[in-house]
Amino acid sequence: MNTQFVGQPIRRVDGRLKVTGGARYAADFNLDEHVYAVIVNATVGLGRIVSIDQAAATRLPGVIAVISHLNAPRLAYHPHKGAIDPATGERLHVLQGDQVRFYGQPVAVVVADTLDQAERAAAALSITYAAKRPAVDPSASDTTEIMAEASKGPKAYYPADTARGDADAALATAPVRIDAFYDTARENHNPMEPHATVARWDGDRVTLWSKTQFVVNEQAEIAAIFGIPTENVQVISPFVGGGFGTTLRTWSHVTIAALAARQVGRPVKLALTRKQMFFTTGHRPRSLQRVALGATPDGKLTSIVHEGRGETSRYEEFIEALTAGTGFMYSCPNVRTQYRIVPLDTGTPNHMRGPGEAQGMFALECAMDELSYELGIDPIELRRRNEPEIDESTGKPFSSRSLMPCYDRGAELFGWAQRNPAPRSMRDDREYVGMGCASATYPVLFSPTRARARLLADGTAEIEVAASDMGPGTYTSMTQVAADALGLPLDNVRFSLGRSDFPPAPPHGGSQTMASVGSAIRAACAAVLEAAARNREVRPIEAEGSAQRDPEVAARFSMHSFGAVFAEVGIDSDVGTIRVRRALGVYGAGRIVNPRLALSQCTGGMVGGIGMALMERTMLDARDGRLVNAHMADYLMPVNLDIDRLEAHFVDEEDPHVNPLGVKGLGEIALVGMAPAIANAIFHATGTRLRNLPISIENVLTA
Amino acid sequence: MSDTAQSFPTRVDISLTVNGEPVDARVDVSRHLVDFLRLDLGLTGAHAGCEHGVCGACTLQVDGEIVRGCLMLAAQLDGAEVWTVEGLTETGALADLQAAFVERNALQCGFCTPGMLFAAADILAQGGQPSRVAIREHISGNYCRCTGYEAVVDAIETVAGARARGEEVSA
Repeated sequence: MNTQFVGQPIRRVDGRLKVTGGARYAADFNLDEHVYAVIVNATVGLGRIVSIDQAAATRLPGVIAVISHLNAPRLAYHPHKGAIDPATGERLHVLQGDQVRFYGQPVAVVVADTLDQAERAAAALSITYAAKRPAVDPSASDTTEIMAEASKGPKAYYPADTARGDADAALATAPVRIDAFYDTARENHNPMEPHATVARWDGDRVTLWSKTQFVVNEQAEIAAIFGIPTENVQVISPFVGGGFGTTLRTWSHVTIAALAARQVGRPVKLALTRKQMFFTTGHRPRSLQRVALGATPDGKLTSIVHEGRGETSRYEEFIEALTAGTGFMYSCPNVRTQYRIVPLDTGTPNHMRGPGEAQGMFALECAMDELSYELGIDPIELRRRNEPEIDESTGKPFSSRSLMPCYDRGAELFGWAQRNPAPRSMRDDREYVGMGCASATYPVLFSPTRARARLLADGTAEIEVAASDMGPGTYTSMTQVAADALGLPLDNVRFSLGRSDFPPAPPHGGSQTMASVGSAIRAACAAVLEAAARNREVRPIEAEGSAQRDPEVAARFSMHSFGAVFAEVGIDSDVGTIRVRRALGVYGAGRIVNPRLALSQCTGGMVGGIGMALMERTMLDARDGRLVNAHMADYLMPVNLDIDRLEAHFVDEEDPHVNPLGVKGLGEIALVGMAPAIANAIFHATGTRLRNLPISIENVLTA
Repeated sequence: MSDTAQSFPTRVDISLTVNGEPVDARVDVSRHLVDFLRLDLGLTGAHAGCEHGVCGACTLQVDGEIVRGCLMLAAQLDGAEVWTVEGLTETGALADLQAAFVERNALQCGFCTPGMLFAAADILAQGGQPSRVAIREHISGNYCRCTGYEAVVDAIETVAGARARGEEVSA
């Protein structure tokens, strides 16, 4: 493999556009004659719409239409499930009936000549409801846990139940054991760019300039909802201002934008407000977990029990990897995992960076830390004593696993040896200082992808895939891959993405873009070179290529990334403020295509983990399901001053099995492990074990 | 509608300069500055992120001060001098910062970047070499959800040093 550019810290090719305001995000597309749509959201958490009085709104200047279930056309809503939609249940049918399933559900849309007029009219709508009290707290007694349909049976991707040995019996007789409950908060992705769609119909064809991490799915979903052929929908999404999973699904506002545009016969721009993003664009579900560990006095695990519950909506069964890492992280003869979901009166959750792993590994890695103190064994040494030879949950070898090399490198860089193991023993002026660590993991995913390569007469090349770049650097890394595959300088390769009429790509999530899209581009480049060699006269000449994982190899190996994350916190001895003084992550993620971009992706994920540990929590009012802090002032996220020293590193790891490029992906794992490392550091600093996220000053003071 | 409401103007005329060009407009009194720029003038470099002054994505310059485009009304701008990222790109006022942001990869999705550049330019305009903590504090009103902030501080620190030494930063 030619690696002149792959592996090099190339500057991002979209940098210039982004620092000059030239990058165009969905809401930046201004069409001639377009009008504005503003969604009206339910102000009750459960019930039914009794009446909508739109007289006052309709009289306001500029108002073109008020659309609700009373006058909206019945949409086809043909069955369609994309790779990221919940396997069980049916998506919200928007503006199709009087039922309110959750607080903030769209119940009407107002279209007006200007944004201000549409907002004013939306506020003037008078809607009455017959409201019932919603169930929004998964720990409350009025909720019932269920086994998700898609998690039933041993072949399920996220099985509801797994077991090897007899974990409960082994726990009962273990010489040393810990058994604890963990609670992680509901979070919202909050990318900087709010969701937005500009919709324009030309006859029975619709074009959507839309924020999405999965353009071909948005195309297929809108086609299914409107009952039109897939090729009649064109989705254009050249730049995505952050996503972290929220734009993987095509949410109801995209349908509303298209519906409004068709109703008024003009292009419509619809941008969600920050508040509206909290209602209808998914969230990381709250988790409630129990982890119990049994061990011998010399620190060999004899039992792991991991029981987890996550939220879902009443109408779809969202499941994620809550207990998925537990089976293979450590060597242990007796392991039992249980995963259930709790249907609530909320919108459906969806994947948020490190979906499931972030919460599940929080519980498991805090429990490992607790066990290390119980045993009096250094937490890194405890993990070393339980390092497995193979994936004991499947009996397969790992394609590569660098967990202990990550710990060794991290311990050295972090100065772990300077840590006094006794809790509350280290101090710096007013602060109690604590150091903690935790493991991270994420699977190496791969999805079939196609790519198109075109050689032009001037010696340049164009590459096209319906992929996305929500920020990590797809534009840049794919240009590197193509330049190497074609033997061209970087400047001679133009990579385009974000159009549904390009060859299809998988969701830009699950850390699979580099592997899947990169491999397809290599194949397309090889194909076009071959075609060009056969036919030296014809230019431009183009070819397509595709990539899929060899099923035989996939069946032979267990494929995961691993990492070790370290945190040092300072806790004010009087007022309990919690500061992350420094954090360091070391990852074994296969080949790193662009270290300059990869390091940034990792530190960004680590900051997401700091937010999860100490700040981020979407709060619901139990009386009516209202989202109490659905705005950026009260939904706290780390700002610059919350971060001090952050470092990410990679260990050299060659994995010939995962995919032709040998890449494992980075986006997801970078968030996993940070929260438990911080919680463990807080215990080390204070001697107080805090098992609920986010950890706040009050928790430290009242513990 | 009451008499008071009827006598209160719903639209006002404003004359201002935007990126050095004179602009005359009749605007809705409720029109926010960021929407005026983005929707009426097509200057989409300032981004609306939170609509209440927290995230900083709409930060731009009015009469030499950085402001939140979502917290000012267009109606307040009569006689004002407004600069957006498009304009300062053309004048070259942000060139060294822009180059340093690209060089240090101080951006990922780029949505926060134009606002971040204005906040960065503002602390650099105070002169000298600000400490990393001072930089962090000054741009703590500009959220970034992608990079982890470290590179942003590095880039601003680099430009401050280069400016203090009279050097050029190039990408």
